[in-house]
Formats: sequence, structure tokens, C-alpha cells
Amino acid sequence: MDKSASYNDTVVRQFTIMVVVWGIVGMLVGVIIAAQLIWPQLNFDLPFLTYSRLRPLHTNAVIFAFGGSALFATAYYVVQRTCHVRLAFEKLAAFTFWGWQLIIVLAAITLPLGITQSKEYAELEWPIDLLIAVVWVAFALVFFGTIAKRRVKHIYVANWFYGAFIITIAVLHIFNNLAVPVTLTKSYIIYTGVVDAMMQWWYGHNAVGFFLTAGFLGMMYYFVPKQAGRPVYSYRLSVVHFWSLIAVYMWAGPHHLHYTSLPNWAQTLGMVFSVILLAPSWGGMINGIMTLSGAWHKLRSDPILKFMIVALSFYGMSTFEGPMMSIRTVNALSHYTNWTIGHVHSGALGWVAMMTIGSVYSLLPRLYNRESMYSIKLIDVHFWTSTIGVVLYAVSMWIAGVTEGLMWRAVNDDGTLTYSFVESLKAVEPYHGLRLLGGLVFFTGMLIMAYNVWKTVSDKKPVPVAVLDPA
Amino acid sequence: MPAFWHWFVAAGTIVFIIWCVWLVSWSAKQGPQNVADEDLVGHKWDGDLEEWNNPAPKWWLYLYFITIAWGVGFLIAYPGVGNFEGMLGWSQEDQYEAEMQAAAERYEPIYETFAAMDFGELAMHPDANKLGASLYASYCTTCHGSDARGATGYPNLTDSDWQWGSSEAQIVTTITNGRNAVMTPWAQVLGSDEAVDNMVRYVQSLSGIVEADDGLAGAETQFKTFCAACHMPTGTGNPMLGAPNLTDDVWLYGSSDEVIRETIEKGRNGMMPAHGELLGDNRSKILAAYVYSLSQQ
Repeated sequence: MDKSASYNDTVVRQFTIMVVVWGIVGMLVGVIIAAQLIWPQLNFDLPFLTYSRLRPLHTNAVIFAFGGSALFATAYYVVQRTCHVRLAFEKLAAFTFWGWQLIIVLAAITLPLGITQSKEYAELEWPIDLLIAVVWVAFALVFFGTIAKRRVKHIYVANWFYGAFIITIAVLHIFNNLAVPVTLTKSYIIYTGVVDAMMQWWYGHNAVGFFLTAGFLGMMYYFVPKQAGRPVYSYRLSVVHFWSLIAVYMWAGPHHLHYTSLPNWAQTLGMVFSVILLAPSWGGMINGIMTLSGAWHKLRSDPILKFMIVALSFYGMSTFEGPMMSIRTVNALSHYTNWTIGHVHSGALGWVAMMTIGSVYSLLPRLYNRESMYSIKLIDVHFWTSTIGVVLYAVSMWIAGVTEGLMWRAVNDDGTLTYSFVESLKAVEPYHGLRLLGGLVFFTGMLIMAYNVWKTVSDKKPVPVAVLDPA
Repeated sequence: MPAFWHWFVAAGTIVFIIWCVWLVSWSAKQGPQNVADEDLVGHKWDGDLEEWNNPAPKWWLYLYFITIAWGVGFLIAYPGVGNFEGMLGWSQEDQYEAEMQAAAERYEPIYETFAAMDFGELAMHPDANKLGASLYASYCTTCHGSDARGATGYPNLTDSDWQWGSSEAQIVTTITNGRNAVMTPWAQVLGSDEAVDNMVRYVQSLSGIVEADDGLAGAETQFKTFCAACHMPTGTGNPMLGAPNLTDDVWLYGSSDEVIRETIEKGRNGMMPAHGELLGDNRSKILAAYVYSLSQQ
């Protein structure tokens, strides 16, 4: 077959396999630091195993290595399938794979060494930031280059979300990381004081909004209708919630800085737009769930769809919880507590990871010329471990967070605080244990996935898939 | 903020809200529910990906409208649109001041009543001690421990040894203004490793950890020349300077050969931060009395 007549699935396969690898690595580090919160001696008095260094390693690994690889893999797969052309700039696409893996390895080396910008979710130092920028521009060229040479007039909805995600992350990454380098491993961010804080959370919240939401909505819009074998429920709804989502998310960052030196007006705007964000977020959930509606009977036999419906449910819960937590009075209770950790993980495990896992199970057989995964039964086992794991995790952190919030503000009749900080720590210790258990269960699911994936791909030689002519 | 940024923020806010209103109004057009193939929009991708064009659920449209309306209302009531301060005149600074004011009105009389009492009486008063214990738990446990027995470098508050003195005035000053205890490095002054070793043993002999012997005569001379200025000629210390008594067996940094050698060679910096602004005079006195009571049990 002529090369241009087939899809470039090589880069998709590479990224897809790395999704599983980095998922296991990132979640293992998460389990380790969850255990360290209970048994601090698990750092073995080694600087590179301390919580402070492993925590950024965990967040970077799960967001950018696991989530990032999933977004690259599915964006490259979806854009080819829905544009009915082979990937543009294939050498650049190969570069994005090796470049992204190099970035991850550099992160895994520098973060434990304590080399950090100390900006949450943007810890990596300037040389790695530059590499990220270059890889990201290459990603954009490949993606939009493929869109440009598409053979269908209309651009499929999944690509709107992938496109918005790629453009916005470029802008966020570059502006948040503007810094003056001093040495190869040390730089100073150009922003100072409250401006730095505002830039950080403009970046931080939109990393959630565009990396972990818009990107994964792109994934959802391809794999849910594909797996369910149903049309997307509403084109109109997808238009409205897309344009609302990308417009409103940009404003939400200041809700991370309630009751700080950030000016009142910025705090209020962050809160107001976060509340307005509820409906645009739910638009995606409705479109996903209503697309599945009518295929409910398939849930009995297809655990991949179960992953997707639960992912959409957690998406709906998290995007309700988020606006609620952004309200100043609620935030006064929830901020700085484990509630935030619960919220993040109901989104990260419930929505991002479960949508990714479902999509990978849907994608892999097609990449390796198979009817289905090696074992459907194991997908089902994985589904239940994931679901139980995330529920244990989120519930324990919700309880812990509300407990902390209430204990910190409890006041005696004489005006003194009822509890010292260490008493609140003691109170949440059982929930730290429950959280570790939840994380461990979720992690076990990833090991089951790795086995299933290995059995699926190890004896299969992929064959090129012919580009489909547009209908 | 300057006029330009005021208008920039205000215009951005209003434009984005109008954008949302326009979007939700556009999508509010209610077509029929799609059920059949002929209802499909007509686009087709990747063989079987198609779209219906169902109307957005009504409850969702209402939800969107309501949140926008609430947002507009909130921006009228609260600061948000550029320099506009909001009809309610709320600010976090005012809220803070008001809450602090309310707390002061409610609780300050309690503190005043206690603070008016005699220090010795206060240290015995169960309600005052309860209050003091809560203050201790909030402000002191991080360094001095929840049992007040301190840690290396952080004084034990339950023994009878007082680095900075145990009078009312001294304890209150320690709490309100904090303390800086500085011991400079002495290795060079003492002159040799042997001199340092001898000084270690001499210091240990002051509290009877080791037996004094003739070999320590030189160290004794050096002690009386250099160390006596703060620790006094007989090593009993000076609370005015926070110089510890070396003749008791209470050791802030430890009494092993290694630790004392480190103390002598490199010096020490002990720092207690000031708490006066956090606590105020009344609560400082109540806390001082509680801390004093810990050593009286």
C-alpha cells in the first residue's frame, strides 16, 4: 500500500503504550507519597525520596506524562480518522514523541534532585521549559497541518477541543514560565508578588481547564460515540458548550486566591465566572451521557462503555464541585484542606484517568489489528478496581477536608481556637489511610491493564490501516 | 487601578458575559427531539461518526441563564467590574476588620478580667489556665512541643530552668518581644583543638558530668577570661543575656562531647519570635502565667 494511503499509527502506538507505562509510574509515586503522609520514615532520610520532591514528580508524571501521552496519542489518531488523511509533518510527529519522552525523563531526574522553579504544575526549570515549548509548537504544526489538508469540509467536534487545548497550553506555558536564567538549573520568574500568584493560577487553573478538560473532552467526543455506535446527541449543544467553555475558563483562576492580597475585584471575577462555568461544563457531560443513552444495554457486555459513563459522571460531579468550591464562603472552609485533594482526584482519577483507560482499551485493538483486547473480563475487573479506588479516595478526602476545615475554625467561648493544628492532623489520619487504600486499589487496576495490554500487543504485528474515503 | 485598566477589565467582563448570553440564547431555539436517521445533521466522519441536533435540555438552559443572572447580580453587589466597588460596599479588608472588631468586643472583656489579676493568682486560676492552654496549643506547640517539654534547641518549659528568667515581666517580655540568644564561635579564640577539648571537659565538670582534674587548669583560666562575661565566673549563667546556667544538668543543645564541642567551636543562635502583635498585652500575660504554671506542677 502506498504510504500516503494509510494512516500514521506508529506514533499513536508509541504514545499509547507510554500511557500505560507512565500511568503506572505516576500512580506508584502517588501511592508512595500517600504512604509517606502516614509513615514519614518511608523517605529513608534520603533527600530525593522526601515528600517535597516526590509530590511534584507525581503531579508531573500523572498530568503531563500519563495524561499528556494520552492526549498526543488520541489527538493524532482522531485527527487522522476524522480528517480522512495521513498525519502531516510525520518527522515532526516522531519528534514530538521522542521529545516528550525526553522531557518526562528529564523531569524524573531533575525533580528528585530538587531542581525546581517552585511553581505548582510548572516546576520544571527553564531548559526543559524551552524543550516543552519546541515540542508543543511541533505538536501544533502536526495537528493543524493535518486539519489543513483534511478531505472533509466540516471539522469534527473532537478536533475543536483538541485544537483549543493545543493553542491554549502553548500560551499558558510560555507566559507562566517567563524567567531570567541564572545557571543551567536555576532561573528567576519575571513576575513578583501577587502578580506572580495570579499568573501562576491563571496558568494552573487553565491547565486543568484546557489540558485536563478540553483535551479529554476531545477524546470523549470521538471515543464515546464510536464505542457506543451512536450519533453525537446534539451538534448545537457541542457548539454552545465549546465556545462557552473556552471563553469562561480563562477567567476562573483567581478563585485559587480568595482572601489573599489579590485585589477584591479579581477575586470576585474569578468566583463569578467559575459559577457561570457550571453549565458550559455540564454541556459536555450531557452530550456524552445522552450519546450513550439508547445504548444502555451495551453496558452489560462492554466494560469500556462503563469506564466512559463513570468518567462522564465524575466529570459532572467535579465540575459541580469546582464552581461550588470557588464561592468565597465555601472556599473559606475548603481552601488549604484535603477537600481540594479530593476534588482534584475525583477529576483526575474519575474523569481523566477513566476516560483515558476506556479510550486506550477502545483504541489498542484497532492499532494492533485485533477484534478486541486480550481479555474483556480483565477490563471489567479493572473497571471495578478503578471505580472502587476512586470512590474510596474521593470520599476519604472529602471527609478529611471538611473535618479539617471545621476544626480549624472552631472557637471556644473564650475566643481561643478549640483545636491545635496537630489535633486536626490526628483527626484526619484514618482518612489518610483510607486514601492510601483507594490509591493502591486504583494502582492495582493499572497493573491489570498493563498485563492485558501486554497480552494484546505482544504477539501481534500491526498492519497499516488504509485511509478511509470521506462518505 | 488606572482608568485604562479599569475600562479594560470592565469591558472584558461585560463582553464575555454578553457572549455567554448570546450563546445560550442562540442555543435556546427548541427544535424537535431527534430520533430517526433523517434527523442527522448530515456530516459524517470516519465511517460512522454522525451527529444529531437535539435541542439542549431545558433545565440546562435555565441553569445557564440563572448562573449568568446570578453573576450579573453579584457583580452589581460586589466589587468586580474594574474600579466599581459594588452596591454593598463589601471588601475583604472591611470584612476582616469587622470580624476582628466583633471578636474583640466579645472576648476582650474576658481577657481584661484575667489580665487584671495578680500574676501568681492567675497561674493558679483554672479558667485562665484553660485559656492559656488553648493559646499555647495554637502558638507555642510548633517549637516547644504539645507537652511543652521542648526539643533540641527549644527550651523545656516544664522544668525549673529559665533561660530568660521566670518573673512576670521577664516571661511576658519573652513572649511579646521574642528573644535572640547569641553565642559566638570560640574555636579561634581558644586557640587549639586541645584547648577546645579541655574546655568541653571543663564545661562538663561544672555540672558534674565529668570529674574535674588538674589537666583542666588552663581551661578554667580561659573560661574565666572569655566565657565568664556571659556565663558568669562560676558558670551559673545570666538570664539578662539568656546565657544558660552551666552548673545545672539542663542542656538546650545536649551535653555529649560532640555537641558541646560544636557549640563551642561554631557558636549558637537561639531565636524565639515576637508574639506581641499576635496576642496583645492581655493574652500575653495570660499565656505567660500558663507557661509559668507548667513549671510549678
